[in-house]
Amino acid sequence: MIRFILLQNRQGKTRLAKYYIPLEESEKHKVEFEVHRLVVNRDPKFTNFVEFRTHKVIYRRYAGLFFSLCVDITDNELAYLESIHLFVEILDHFFSNVCELDLVFNFHKVYLILDEFILAGELQETSKRAIIERMGELEKLE
Amino acid sequence: MALSGMRGLSVFISDVRNCQNKEQERLRVDKELGNIRTRFKTEKGLTPYEKKKYVWKMLYIYMLGYDVDFGHMEAVSLISAPKYPEKQVGYIVTSCLLNENHDFLRLAINAVRNDIIGRNETFQCLALTLVGNIGGREFAESLAPDVQKLLFSSSCRPLVRKKAALCLLRLYRKNPDVINVDGWSDRMAQLLDERDLGVLTSSMSLLVAFVANNHDAYWSSLPKCVKVLERLARNQDIPQEYTYYGIPSPWLQVKTMRALQYFPTIEDPNTRRSLFEVLQRILMGTDVVKNVNKNNASHAVLFEALALVMHLDAEKEMMSQCVALLGKFIAVREPNIRYLGLENMTRMLMVSDVQDIIKRHQAQIITSLKDPDISIRRRALDLLYGMCDVSNAKDIVEELLQYLSSADFAMREELSLKAAILAEKFAPDLSWYVDVILQLIDKAGDFVSDDIWFRVVQFVTNNEDLQPYAAVKAREYLDKPAIHETMVKVSAYILGEYSHLLARRPGCSPKEIFSIIHEKLPTVSTSTIPILLSTYAKILMHTQPPEPELQNQIWAIFRKYESCIDAEIQQRAVEYITLSRKGAALVDIMAEMPKFPERQSALLKKAENTEADTAEQSALKIRAMQQSSNALVVTDHHPANGTPPVSQLAMVKIPSISSVDHNTADQVVTPENGALSVVDPQPSEPSVDLLGDLLGPLAIEGPPAATRSEDNSVSGVDGSSYVDEALALAPVGEDANTIQPIGSTAERFHALLLKDSGVLYEDPCIQIGIKAEWRAHQGRLVLFLGNKNTAPLVSVQALIMPPSHLKIELSVVPETIPPRAQVQCPLEVINLCPSRDVAVLDFSYKFGTQGVNVKLRLPALLNKFLQPMSVSAEEFFPQWRSLSGPPLKLQDVVRGVRPMSLSEMANLFNNFRLLVCPGLDPNPNNLIASTTFYSESTRAMLCLIRIETDPADRTQLRMTVASGDPTLTYELKEFIKEQLVYIPTTSGGPTAAPLQAQPTSPPTTVSDPGDILAGLLH
Repeated sequence: MIRFILLQNRQGKTRLAKYYIPLEESEKHKVEFEVHRLVVNRDPKFTNFVEFRTHKVIYRRYAGLFFSLCVDITDNELAYLESIHLFVEILDHFFSNVCELDLVFNFHKVYLILDEFILAGELQETSKRAIIERMGELEKLE
Repeated sequence: MALSGMRGLSVFISDVRNCQNKEQERLRVDKELGNIRTRFKTEKGLTPYEKKKYVWKMLYIYMLGYDVDFGHMEAVSLISAPKYPEKQVGYIVTSCLLNENHDFLRLAINAVRNDIIGRNETFQCLALTLVGNIGGREFAESLAPDVQKLLFSSSCRPLVRKKAALCLLRLYRKNPDVINVDGWSDRMAQLLDERDLGVLTSSMSLLVAFVANNHDAYWSSLPKCVKVLERLARNQDIPQEYTYYGIPSPWLQVKTMRALQYFPTIEDPNTRRSLFEVLQRILMGTDVVKNVNKNNASHAVLFEALALVMHLDAEKEMMSQCVALLGKFIAVREPNIRYLGLENMTRMLMVSDVQDIIKRHQAQIITSLKDPDISIRRRALDLLYGMCDVSNAKDIVEELLQYLSSADFAMREELSLKAAILAEKFAPDLSWYVDVILQLIDKAGDFVSDDIWFRVVQFVTNNEDLQPYAAVKAREYLDKPAIHETMVKVSAYILGEYSHLLARRPGCSPKEIFSIIHEKLPTVSTSTIPILLSTYAKILMHTQPPEPELQNQIWAIFRKYESCIDAEIQQRAVEYITLSRKGAALVDIMAEMPKFPERQSALLKKAENTEADTAEQSALKIRAMQQSSNALVVTDHHPANGTPPVSQLAMVKIPSISSVDHNTADQVVTPENGALSVVDPQPSEPSVDLLGDLLGPLAIEGPPAATRSEDNSVSGVDGSSYVDEALALAPVGEDANTIQPIGSTAERFHALLLKDSGVLYEDPCIQIGIKAEWRAHQGRLVLFLGNKNTAPLVSVQALIMPPSHLKIELSVVPETIPPRAQVQCPLEVINLCPSRDVAVLDFSYKFGTQGVNVKLRLPALLNKFLQPMSVSAEEFFPQWRSLSGPPLKLQDVVRGVRPMSLSEMANLFNNFRLLVCPGLDPNPNNLIASTTFYSESTRAMLCLIRIETDPADRTQLRMTVASGDPTLTYELKEFIKEQLVYIPTTSGGPTAAPLQAQPTSPPTTVSDPGDILAGLLH
């Protein structure tokens, strides 16, 4: 199960944070700080997995942005690693050539997309088309 | 498209981005927060658009890491907005800002439910998403039926159904009782026939959660899973949009194989054959390709298939195929694949018969120990540790030692502990073991815990052959410049004891030994000085005939420390100088340390304890327990490997006869070297760290007899030898309950009053954990009985002695707990009527020849049947008045209250689920709390409590308790009183450690060192 998802830039600014477990505010800040420190200095040639407390962080870097998923120690690492990429492909499709600024100014859209992709810490939909179509429906309602 | 579509929001975001520094940003954010706060407060008629804008801004500010402590209400209230745009904001922001424990969330339950049962599909989706992401227990109880309806509704689009499936999963995780297993068996199988892959993916996650808890109810889903897997693996009827880089949904494949791993086996031969065909196809058909995404996706499937093959205990041929594949993976350059190769190989060690094949890859694995990536290094270390046995211990330990000097700090402690354990377990000869430990101290002294050097001293003391060798080595290390303080300690100790064995060698005369050790004295801390003083005293004693020059030198040092501020050092200095004037008596008293009684290695114990910790965590997740690659488990699972579970370095046994002579003689006639024992004479205190007494920090301790009663509690790995000793020494104690609890059982009980999971009892053999869930008048407890040893616990019995007000049903407890296994015993509790009485668990088991019986209070007290309840002034006062006096309302003055501030008291009340309602009582020194009590006879009943404190005298207060039931009022009042005056007892109090049989310590062997010392000095 995914415990939380973080999108952070190199400086450690949080661009998106979604927690599927109940954490206190102070704990969230701590987690965000620690995860950033953990992933930011890793060599690109290293694995995409790092142990984090009693869990594992699966992360991937796209330009200056780090996408990190915290999952259970026994979860399938590569499957979650590719779910990050699928999410990025969806964002890329939705914003047509996504960049960090898109995510900053449209953070609320990113939350919406994420809610169509992952729910209760589990993958909900893996079809890019289904999610993009769904976003289209929702845009019309606004 | 970089604009948000809301101008105010975009402007604000730009402003924040344009800030030059953190200070400016804070100013801008504070300004905005101030603005939002006033708008929310003063303007009642905010348009929905404005509200929406402000709430988004709040979320943005929150994301930047600022505290947003207001506006939650506004966000929640948007949930009930009639139009989609506002409602959507309400839902999203609420699920980011609040978590399931937040009180505001309760306010939203009704609105959320209305959206779920309403006709608007979009609203349904929003509501399901919120509940799926942050729903808690209360949501589970009130919404589960509605959500299930949506999941099976034929009129709902897949869009809604997949959300309903995962929403239900969340609710199930919060409270498994919301699913009625009986009806679900068929429904689950039906869900797996789903054609829509979105719904199927979500349903598969749901199945994984179900089977992880109880696979028995879902056997009918097993063939369906295999069908799904076949369909995917053969790419039959999979829409293009569900293939990812040409691979039919890798995620669904992985999930399906994960679900299959929760079934212990596959009985039906046809299903089994089909599954193995698919698995074979995956194992053989996965190639390394250029495209990284495709590669990752196909290997995600492959690794899951490997895990499933291991789980199913496939034929040897397929297993060797797997090992061959893994062997390939650990040699590739791609770091992720290499990491997973190592990790899975470690898991593979649990499967029999493959150890030898894995050993062939040892060189490759050692290379990974030097990988620049710490994640890979850790995996390599785990694997090396797991695969170590007598045949390769020398190589592996030497590699670890070599690596130690270059290893990063984060890993050194683990590394040195593992090296020490392996050296102890698998040493081909003892001198090698001594070499390894000394090297460890030399290379990573900071990371070598005391246990490690205590252990080497034990071995040297107990093995005469080893003593000259150890002394030579210690002497050699002292020649090195700048040695670690731990090295000073261990070499000073060893040379104090055994340097006389080297006397004829060059550089080893007493004088030379003394001066080389004394050179180090200015560099060491106060904890080492006592050891050095003891060494000097020993050197002096061994120098026969005495050398006046050396004697004067050493006496001068003792005299210098006679007035040392450190009590330990001072005492030794004073004692040694007095003793050394006694001439021949010195020799008696300062003679060589007697052999240590054989005991379990504290290192192994330590490692076991860390393991027990993980096991407790994973009690929640069975899977994690089965699969966590804890190398320690692994080695101990392979006794067949030629590795006896007992340490290879089993110490020389002390013949029981001589030991008896020795002890009785010493104790009665001359107190020999027990004389100076300053070891805290508290034989009743169970010693947790049994090595701690080695030097704690005294170099001279009582003969083994003085500690013998404790030693039994270590449940010697080699039971027979010391059972004899125990018999000889203390015939009365033979049947005594010598396995002692670790930690205070009473304290554990009190801690569990306030929380629902934790450890109820622990001793060297067993750990009993408990996890409870309470709902109204019912409770569901699970006892986790974990065997910490490598031998089974037998004659396990658990009886519940319930008080009359509780109905308790305990499921069957197995008679034997296999080595290192954990069994779970569920327990159903029903509260019939109010009472403070305590249920007791009468638990017994046998380990080897020792029987243990303990009576443990179960944390199923009155407060567990309370539900905190917040009341307003309008609700409180009429109720309070209507309950006019005894017996429904009782008042009592409580004295001897343990001192605490009012806020501490409020905390205490809240912890006991008595919700303090601030502001109800006009007097700030008073507290009002309310709660609902549940029992079968009273049903739900409101209880009100008022506490009046006296600021001048915190030890007394007046308490008034009111409820609609006289017994409840009385019992609750007494319960609170007990909690207010309860003072945590450390141990030994009447409530502490309800052990049936206290250990009987041998009466003749307990001697107060103080008395003996006094006698000597006169």
